[in-house]
Amino acid sequence: MSEKPQNDAVARAMVRLRAVDKHYGELHVLRDISLDIAEREVVVVVGPSGSGKSTLCRTINRLETIDSGEILLDGEPLPVEGAALARLRSEVGMVFQSFNLFAHLSILENVTLAPINVLKMSKADARREGLELLARVGIADKADRFPAQLSGGQQQRAAIARALAMHPKVMLFDEPTSALDPEMVGEVLEVMTSLAAEGMTMVVVTHEMGFARRAADRVVFMDAGQIVEESTPSDFFDNPRSERAKAFLASILAH
Amino acid sequence: MEMITENAGLLLDAIGTTLLMVVVAGVGSLILGVLVTVARVSPIPILRRAAFLYVQFFINVPLLALLLLAVFALPDAGLILPLLPTAIIVLTVYESAYVAEAVRSGVNTVAVGQIEASRALGLTLWQTLRLVVIPQSLRAVVQPIGNVMIALAMNTALAAVVGVVELTSRVNKINLVYAQPIEIFTGAGIVYMLIALAIGLAAGRIERKVAILR
Repeated sequence: MSEKPQNDAVARAMVRLRAVDKHYGELHVLRDISLDIAEREVVVVVGPSGSGKSTLCRTINRLETIDSGEILLDGEPLPVEGAALARLRSEVGMVFQSFNLFAHLSILENVTLAPINVLKMSKADARREGLELLARVGIADKADRFPAQLSGGQQQRAAIARALAMHPKVMLFDEPTSALDPEMVGEVLEVMTSLAAEGMTMVVVTHEMGFARRAADRVVFMDAGQIVEESTPSDFFDNPRSERAKAFLASILAH
Repeated sequence: MEMITENAGLLLDAIGTTLLMVVVAGVGSLILGVLVTVARVSPIPILRRAAFLYVQFFINVPLLALLLLAVFALPDAGLILPLLPTAIIVLTVYESAYVAEAVRSGVNTVAVGQIEASRALGLTLWQTLRLVVIPQSLRAVVQPIGNVMIALAMNTALAAVVGVVELTSRVNKINLVYAQPIEIFTGAGIVYMLIALAIGLAAGRIERKVAILR
């Protein structure tokens, strides 16, 4: 991954968060978050449960609203609602912890629904492209099955294909392997790693430290709603600077 | 028995009228009921409110009162329609409130994640309702809607009171001539049972076919 542009001033910021704050009632879930994610960059967000990392991920396509601050996607501020917000969301792929495949549609229909209805692609084109994507994530033979007939790992790969079908500028992964049985984590991470290698801009919230080390350009460590540390994977894992990062790493690596 | 053979034409005609009411009001109430549900779960406050009032009104007023109102009061107000269409319209709006209640309970079974996934893909709110929420809701409430349709079939008999010559009205008239109430009304009862059975079986079939695997 050495050919990838690093997060320098030259690389264009695909996602830009400026002084973002959010409360859930009394709870201050995001505190003054500022973060730039460059085009083609892979940022892995780690941190203890409740640190706000999932919320951060979900603010980028406004599944969570923010109280103050600013979020720019490819230079444009996030629209508040309506058609403009829908259009923006169509450019941001999202992969959920619980897959959220449409339960009443076949796997192929899951992948083609948005291209047909949002991009107004013809059914034949959407189908052809959908089958290509399913082949790419290794489940072409499941095209006509329904989500519940697939294993968790297969469902998550289908969900990745569904997001890719929109040709997103950025992919958000909100704990994509946390709901999977251990033996299925690898197949999903493999797809994500190849996406990263192809230059997809990615924000990945995960507990998979192996993936962070292997595929991330940058690791962002969050705790209590704040970004505590940002560094390259090797710096973060080998020389964490903050006490909180040290404690976090000690707690997860001890086992 | 000659009571039935001598009146076969009239009876078949009457059964035809009953079935026509069931089918037209059934389809109409399904469409209207889904639209009312969409209004009820929409983010537009005035639509939600109007849909709520619509459902409450038709669930809390007896069908017979509505039929009498439509047949005798509306012409007084200058709105004159033939009897059968009037009865079908009243049945449609009345049953649509029950369909709306059933579909709404289906909406509550749709997981939030399904809606988030749809919105995250860039589908608008209306597309999300049309392509994800309503199809999943309907699949969850096939049996309850079947029960509403059976109730609708039974309720068509009330149209007899306002002068529509459907099955109940026809057998009542025949009985006035032949005075064999047990045979004629039992026969009519069997026809209603067959209609209900057909709807119930159809609902079961549809449910097995469209049920969502979870």
